[in-house]
Formats: sequence, structure tokens, C-alpha cells
Amino acid sequence: MTGVNPSPPVRRLGDRLFAGSARGAGIAILVVLAGVAAFLVVDSVPALVAPAADVPGGKGVFSYVGPLLFGTVIAAVIALVVATPLGVAIALFLTHYAPRRLAQGLGYVVDLLAAIPSIVFGFWGIFWLAPRMVPFYAWAEEHLGFIPLFAGPASATGRTMLTAGVVLAVMILPIISAISREVFAQVPTLHREAALALGATRWEMIRMAVLPYGRSGVIGGAMLGLGRALGETLAIALVLSVSAGTMTFNLISSTNPSTIAANIALQFPESSGLDVHTLIASGLALFALTLVVNVLARAVVNRRADFSGAN
Amino acid sequence: MAKRIDISDLDIFYGDFRAVADVTVSIEPRSVTALIGPSGCGKSTFLRSINRMHEVLPGARVEGKVVMDGQDLYGADVDPVDVRRQIGMVFQRPNPFPTMSIYDNVAAGIRLNARRMAKTDLDGLVERSLQAANLWREVRDRLNRPASGLSGGQQQRLCIARAIAVEPDVLLMDEPASALDPISTLAIEDLMTELKERFTIVIVTHNMQQAARVSEQTGFFNLSSAGQPGRLVEFDSTEKIFSNPEQKATEDYISGRFG
Repeated sequence: MTGVNPSPPVRRLGDRLFAGSARGAGIAILVVLAGVAAFLVVDSVPALVAPAADVPGGKGVFSYVGPLLFGTVIAAVIALVVATPLGVAIALFLTHYAPRRLAQGLGYVVDLLAAIPSIVFGFWGIFWLAPRMVPFYAWAEEHLGFIPLFAGPASATGRTMLTAGVVLAVMILPIISAISREVFAQVPTLHREAALALGATRWEMIRMAVLPYGRSGVIGGAMLGLGRALGETLAIALVLSVSAGTMTFNLISSTNPSTIAANIALQFPESSGLDVHTLIASGLALFALTLVVNVLARAVVNRRADFSGAN
Repeated sequence: MAKRIDISDLDIFYGDFRAVADVTVSIEPRSVTALIGPSGCGKSTFLRSINRMHEVLPGARVEGKVVMDGQDLYGADVDPVDVRRQIGMVFQRPNPFPTMSIYDNVAAGIRLNARRMAKTDLDGLVERSLQAANLWREVRDRLNRPASGLSGGQQQRLCIARAIAVEPDVLLMDEPASALDPISTLAIEDLMTELKERFTIVIVTHNMQQAARVSEQTGFFNLSSAGQPGRLVEFDSTEKIFSNPEQKATEDYISGRFG
């Protein structure tokens, strides 16, 4: 090859177009995110600097947002605690236990759950689920009342934090189970056979090969579900019986903190001036909470990246 | 330890399709038995029927008998899970659990058997298994690192360590070196020669030199035409198969005049 200069790399039009549009899409998402963040921060400032007595509730913006943030986290945590094991179990059943034809039909039904508008879940929660939870709440108050979660007095309408959390759980269930199903289905046959050849039963094989392999995917699915639970508005606004400013771990009474998104939806039509800025400040808190949760989830996944099976 | 296997009139089916027909053969303990033959002739299917791994595919079943030291492996009350705990298997592509450390990979089978074992005993067993697989010196200082960080040849020796850690009676190897470079292949072959002192080894291979190098007995599988079941054409001492086979098909195959 002496005497031949290496030709400069050819930049083809298609490559340039594709690289440019991909880069543009990447930048666009950052611009949108920055725009939303800037809007939230700028429009929160009036509420942050206003005298405490002028803010709704009369004790300043942090006393206003605090209980809402608390309620948001409680509702989302209930949803996650209920929906994650259930979603993983559904995904395992569909990928490793159900006959193929049943799995296809059932998978379709679960996906359909994701397509139901949240207002419908709200109606279902308030008219169907809440009345049926009332006897359970009475029972829980009587027998489990020593646990602060069930201290009571039990709600007579069933419109409690626990009901709201269960409605949220049903809403995020399809997200978690659909993503878990995808990752479980992608576990290489090689790894499953490795476990079976060692004399693993089906459940032992799932514990050795399937669950560890799908772990980061399950966490990702749970985080997507959590995102929806944190931001859910209408179902909570319909279901939850709210007392402004409450902060309690008592899940079965009719005195509950609202959630940020539901509170904004309920209060916004009647708000003006500083009230609006206060609501936007609560929105900023929700935005920050979501960011923190995602960073934490990313950290959990990365902590064992070497063992993820992706390398 | 190191049991003999007697197979008689074995037919293997996938649904209605008969993949392997009419195999009768005895596999001697403490020796290496090689199975050779063209692709699709059913030798891997036959191998997987010995530890009932072929049943992982829906619709797979056998007719006939597989008896290990008097125990019918297909008896009505025999759980395939128990069969697989007695008959270990090494696959064509190295398949350590990527989510586990090197140590946990070797310990995986022991923990499955639910034998409660003191940490020091388990440490010793893991070390002995890795030593038996000629891998100990390469991994002793990184037992807690992921198994996926090892080279292909190391991963395959790790899989062998994992298989022998549970002290199986028989070790099945499905083309264990075909995804490896020549040096790693040699390491695996040396290992087989050492392991046959303790185990009954059955190996499927496409590499006839390998069969000639490592095995005492060789079986030649063939199928007469596509869609027909594979059959065990000839089974004899490796020396006889490679020098003076009875069947013309065997001679054609080993001399490369096949098809």
C-alpha cells in the first residue's frame, strides 16, 4: 500500500441527515425540559417570596406544599407496593406458566387496562371500589388498629388514602407487567437451560436466571409506573376525601392529605393571582420529586451494572 | 459416582415427528463416549434425552428405556429435575449466569440441592471444583467479579466447574469446544481426560480429531434422508471406528467422503 494516501472518510448524505435529525431530537427534549423547569421556577417565585399570611392556608408556601407532597408520596408508594409484585407475578405467569394462547389473550387484556382513561378508573374507584372497601376498613380498625396505618376512625364512604392507592395500583399495573413481560421473555434460552440442567425446578430456574436478568427492566417498569402514579390527577381528585393541611399515616380515615396533581386540578379553576403561583410552586415540588426518584432508580440499576447480564 | 447407562430401543419424538429412532447402546462408566455425525442427525437430541433436557421443548417425548445403574430414568415416578441433578450438562455456548459472580456460579447447583453447608465447606468445594476445571489459578483473586467478564474458554471451564460441583454421576457435553479457539479447546480436552477418572462422560462433537483424541468409545449417528429419523449407525471402540469401521457410511463420514 506504499504511496497510496488513505482517502478521507466519505460523509454520505443519508448519514449526515440521520445524524442531524437524531441530534436535533436529542436537543429538542432538553429544550422542552429546560423550558418547563424555567416556567415552573419563574412562576413559583411570587409565592416563594410572598408573606406567609397571604399564601393559601396562611402559613407560607412550604406549609402549603408539604402536606400535598406527603400525600403524593404516600399514594404513589401504596400504588407501587401493591402493583409491583402483582405486575411481576402477572408477567411471570404470562411468560413462563400460561399456555401460549392463553398468554396472548391475557396479555392483550392487561395492555387494554393501560388504555382506559384515568377518569374511568376514578369513577370505578368511587362508585365500585370505595363502598366495597368500607367493611374491610371497619375490620382493620378493630383488629389492626394498633398499627398506625389502620388507626381509624374508619371512613364510612371508603374514600380513603388506601382506596386511592389501590386505584392508582390498578392504573400502573399494566405498565409494570407489560415491561416486566418484555424483559422476562428476552431471557436467553441458554441461561434458562443452564439452570434447568443443574436440576432446577421451574420456580428455581425463574429465581436463578429470569428474575436477576430482568431486574433492571422491572425497576424501569416500576419507575414508569411510579411516574404515572405521582402525576395522576383525576382518579385521585374523584376518589380521595381531602382535608387541607393534614399529614397522617392513617390510611383508612376520611381525613387525608391531597396529592399535588389532584389539588392543582381541584383548586385551579377558582384560583387567581398568588393562589395560582402557589399551585405552580407545588408543581415545581412535584417536578423535583420526580427527578429525585428517577436519579435514585438509575443509581440502583447502575450499582450492579456489572452483573446486569447486558455485558 | 460414575455410573453406566444402558439405553434400549429408544425413540425420540418432537410432537408427531420421530427425530431419533431405535437406539440401543451401553455407555461405560469412567470413560469418554463420543457421538459424531452430520448436523441434524439427532446426536444432540439423543444426548439431551439422557438427562431429560429435551423435555424442555413442549411436545418432546421418548419411547424406550434409559437405565442408569438399574434406575429407569423415564420411570413413571421419576422427576426429571432429580435426573438432571444426577446427570450434569455442559452446553455448546458457554452459559454462566451473567447476573452472578464466579463464586456464585460454581455454588449455584449446590445451593439448589438445598444442602445447608458451612461457608468454609462451600469455599472449599468451590475451590476444588474450580481446580478440577483447571480454572482456579486464573480466577482465585476475582471470585466475586461477574462471570461475564471471563473469556469464552474460561467461561466454558467455569460451566464445567459448575456442573461437577454437585458431584454428578454422568457429565454430558454438547459440542463443548466448538465455540472456542484451539488453545481453549485443548484445555477442555485435557480436562476431559482428567475428569473421566471420576465421571462418565458423553460428548457430542463435530470435530472428528477431537473424538479420536479424547474418547474410548465412539458412536456414529446418521440419517438416511431429510425427514427421516436419525439412527445410531455404528457404535464401537474409538480405535475401531477410526481405523476399520464396519459400516460404509461410517467410513465415508470419517474420511470426509460424506454426501
